[in-house]
Amino acid sequence: MFLNQFLFLAAALFCIGIYGVLVRKNGVLVLMSIELILNAVNINLVAFGAYRGDIGGQVFALFVIAVAAAEVGVGLAIVLLIYRNRRSIDVAEANLLKG
Amino acid sequence: MMFATAMLSSQTAAVTADVALTGTGEWVANGFFYAMAVVAIVAALRMVTTKNVVHAALYLLVVLSAVAGTYIILGAEFAAATQILVYLGAIMVLLLFGVMLTRAKIGHESELDYQQRWLGALVAAGMLAVMSYSLWEAFGTDKLPVDQTPQRTQEVSDSIFSTYIVPFEALSVLLLAALIGAVVVARRD
Amino acid sequence: MFGAEETIPWIFENVWLVPALPAASFLVILFFGKRLPYKGAEVGIAAVGAAFVLALIATFTWIGDIDNAEGGDESHSEEAAVLRVDGSDGALPVVLTAEEEGDGHGGGPRGAPIVTDVEWFGIGTDANQVTLGAEDSVATESDGASSGFGISIGTLVDGQSVMLLFVVTLVSLLVHVFSTDYVHGDRRYTHYFAFLSLFTSAMLFMVLSSSTLQLIVGWELVGVCSFALIGHWWEEKPNSDAALKAFLTNRVGDVGLMVGMIILYFAADRSFDIVTINEMAVSGEIPTGTLTIAALCLMAAVMSKSGQFILHTWLPDAMAGPTPVSALIHAATMVVAGVYMIGRLYPVFFEGFAIAGSSLNAMAFIGGLTTVGGGALAFVQRDIKKVLAYSTVSQLGYMVLALGVGAYTAGMFHLFTHAFFKACLFLGAGSVSHACHHSFDMKADMGGLRKHMPITFWTFIIGTGALAGIPPLAGFWSKDEILVGAGVFPGTGGNGTYTIPFIFGMMTAAMTAAYMTRVIWLTFFGDYRGHEKPHESGPRITVPLIILASMAVVVGFLNMPSGFVKALRLPEGWAHRFEDWVEPEGVASFVGEENDFTHAKPSLALAIIATGLGITAGLAVWQYYQRLYRIDPKATEYPNGIASRNAVVGAGHRLLVEKYYLDHLYTGIIAGATKGPVARLANWINQNVLDGIVNTAGRLSVGAGQLVYRFFDQAVVDGAVNASGRTAASSGGILRRIQSGQVREYATLMFGAAAVLAAIFIFAV
Repeated sequence: MFLNQFLFLAAALFCIGIYGVLVRKNGVLVLMSIELILNAVNINLVAFGAYRGDIGGQVFALFVIAVAAAEVGVGLAIVLLIYRNRRSIDVAEANLLKG
Repeated sequence: MMFATAMLSSQTAAVTADVALTGTGEWVANGFFYAMAVVAIVAALRMVTTKNVVHAALYLLVVLSAVAGTYIILGAEFAAATQILVYLGAIMVLLLFGVMLTRAKIGHESELDYQQRWLGALVAAGMLAVMSYSLWEAFGTDKLPVDQTPQRTQEVSDSIFSTYIVPFEALSVLLLAALIGAVVVARRD
Repeated sequence: MFGAEETIPWIFENVWLVPALPAASFLVILFFGKRLPYKGAEVGIAAVGAAFVLALIATFTWIGDIDNAEGGDESHSEEAAVLRVDGSDGALPVVLTAEEEGDGHGGGPRGAPIVTDVEWFGIGTDANQVTLGAEDSVATESDGASSGFGISIGTLVDGQSVMLLFVVTLVSLLVHVFSTDYVHGDRRYTHYFAFLSLFTSAMLFMVLSSSTLQLIVGWELVGVCSFALIGHWWEEKPNSDAALKAFLTNRVGDVGLMVGMIILYFAADRSFDIVTINEMAVSGEIPTGTLTIAALCLMAAVMSKSGQFILHTWLPDAMAGPTPVSALIHAATMVVAGVYMIGRLYPVFFEGFAIAGSSLNAMAFIGGLTTVGGGALAFVQRDIKKVLAYSTVSQLGYMVLALGVGAYTAGMFHLFTHAFFKACLFLGAGSVSHACHHSFDMKADMGGLRKHMPITFWTFIIGTGALAGIPPLAGFWSKDEILVGAGVFPGTGGNGTYTIPFIFGMMTAAMTAAYMTRVIWLTFFGDYRGHEKPHESGPRITVPLIILASMAVVVGFLNMPSGFVKALRLPEGWAHRFEDWVEPEGVASFVGEENDFTHAKPSLALAIIATGLGITAGLAVWQYYQRLYRIDPKATEYPNGIASRNAVVGAGHRLLVEKYYLDHLYTGIIAGATKGPVARLANWINQNVLDGIVNTAGRLSVGAGQLVYRFFDQAVVDGAVNASGRTAASSGGILRRIQSGQVREYATLMFGAAAVLAAIFIFAV
């Protein structure tokens, strides 16, 4: 098996995730796309771990999963807060950064 | 997106021809991987394009399962198990709750995407092109070690609690902080 | 100084305790302060008090060592003092005798720095096994440099740092005590004391730093504390604006600090160690060109931190903070950090600016410009604290000038004396405002206070006398030494002939006395113009004032010229004590005779002329107000004065007085940074400068000069502060459209840019 076949899969998922983050309006969908990106990273970690015979790749993949759980928790809390304040989770309406 | 799929399928063809020379075990593994890869990519594409929020969540479920499958091919059983437990068991439920609590429409919704979708697609395609090129330049046809044994769960736990104990502890603190943070942010007061 | 068999005194090895105590108190106050009976103030006072005791021990140990080294090693004490006088005996009345430092090599090194380093972390070094428990490497001379890339943290004890330890802990202690009354009942009382502690700790950390890296850390820490304390009452917009202004202006200088330190790091063969850098600068291992560039970069940092012209504008605004903070941070300690840094790396500046045998250099010129410019602005302020702030700017200019002309001891001595009398004046202003219901407006709310608050009045008079250089108060001695150090006056010698800085210095001597007389009159004489009856402050305010005022009286005697000592038949050993204690001699890490470093000879005539100038100017102002008082006891200015009769003087005066005008400009530009500030700036130039120039065309006058000066000041400073914002904004409307507030669009741009950059790296490399 080639190393690259895993890396290409990861790259494809990563870019699809980016696309999702960039075009989705719904906050929950943006969070899902971020999960996709994190998974792509995980594939890379595990693949390199296997390639180099290093257990560290898998360990850090596990860490990333845990971080992802934390991220979803906080992210959803923020989405809920936005929803409660604006009755909408359209991220396009959260534009207080406008200069 | 078309670009991505095309790239991958051409890659598939080339690799299949090459792998035919090696043993059957690898044949099976490769076949399993490509099945998983195709499923993952198609489901991911559907996830970011569907008009239905709940469907998107279900597509994500499929992607996550397929990714767990690739972990198994790579001999990372424990990561695969965790992927299924944490992602499918916990995170997905959380996301579905999110959908529910924010009263996103369950069913079709026409206004889920921005108008300028092409910009996002352009950026994503650009990144994919750059990444693919550099991956090919860097690793070409490097192969994974043939004689690799599955990385056992015991080894994983040994290294987590010895070599990686500091990141592990830091992670525990992070989880606690995230927990408190989520409660504080989402609390009604 | 210490041979291998001699032991280092305990206090010098453990001097880290001095900053550690306030740091601990910061944490305690932060976490438990609100629950303590005195809301945390007692913790701060106890910690700073203990630090002060340790600093005292360190000071006396140091002094004892120096005196022993002089006496013991060479049987040097009595003979040395006599020897010095021999340099120019007989010429006593005209030239107060100076020592000939030529006997220095006979006396052996004196005042060498004592470095105590602990390896903090290292990369690729052998000394990296156990980082925390690494043994102290005690170096008397120079082995502070670590092999490979290691970063060590430690303390450097020498005369300069011991002197500042004493000043910082003493002033901080008094300010702590003063504050318990002054900010009593404040909404963030505990927070205030926590930050006072943190500031004290950071300042001491910076003072003791043994490496440039540590110096930068301390430097930034005091900056943060200054920011937090200026904005202590951040609910009012001007206060938070002032804090921001201070912070941003300091950032400009910090760029110079970083670049300069990095240049020195590479030039000194990859060493952050201050002693090593100094030694290499002295021995000429670092090329002079490199030193010049590094010194210029570091000069930018000095300009921002020590309020030098053109980056000084934040300092008067910083008066928005509580008055004790102004006394501690913006008069006595933090603002002298730049001066201290010059002293720390003095060989770098000395060689880099080729101070010896020159007649002008960047440092002396900036110092001179600052000292006059700051003094001029002090004339037109209504706010007593602003007068003192501009006076601080002016005096800091004096110190920089002193170091710029090669008068190292004079600069350090002025730093030392200035800390006491300026802190005394600021606390006095605080006491006055405490009595006048927290107003600082001299014209509206003060006047005639000498009858109501005698203690404040007398301490303020002493502080003023010291600042104006009236003998025998502290400021007289240090200011005189600086003027002597310029080496222009006949018979003074010195490191060069710095004519322009000398003229600036003399002008300031007169101006200082004049504007301080104005303050005294407006505040303490005439009739009371406020509403409610003023009252003397309580003992927690007056006792620190008395202590500081007595320091302002006595510290000047620490560095009397030997001719003076001889004339008064005092013991010979009393002369030049400060110089002996602070200035290293024959030490490889400090400039010595081989670098043409010489001391100027004090001159009695110069002292008389400078003092006479000051007293004359003061009396003139006094006369002005005396006449005014006879017209109208409550008046603060003539109803139809020259400013209202003469258009030119009026224009200059109005521009100086209207400080809101400048604030408008400043905040206008900051707020408009993303809305085409270049257009505004051009417009402003049209509106104000060109009109102003047209109005005053053909008439060379003080008013016109000050007009241009004031504009240039503001425009250049603001330009520098806003440079980054303006670069982006001035590129026009296209870029502005990107600022839609849509996070998604930012993300798109970011990822797009990342892809493009990655492509560039892949294909171009």
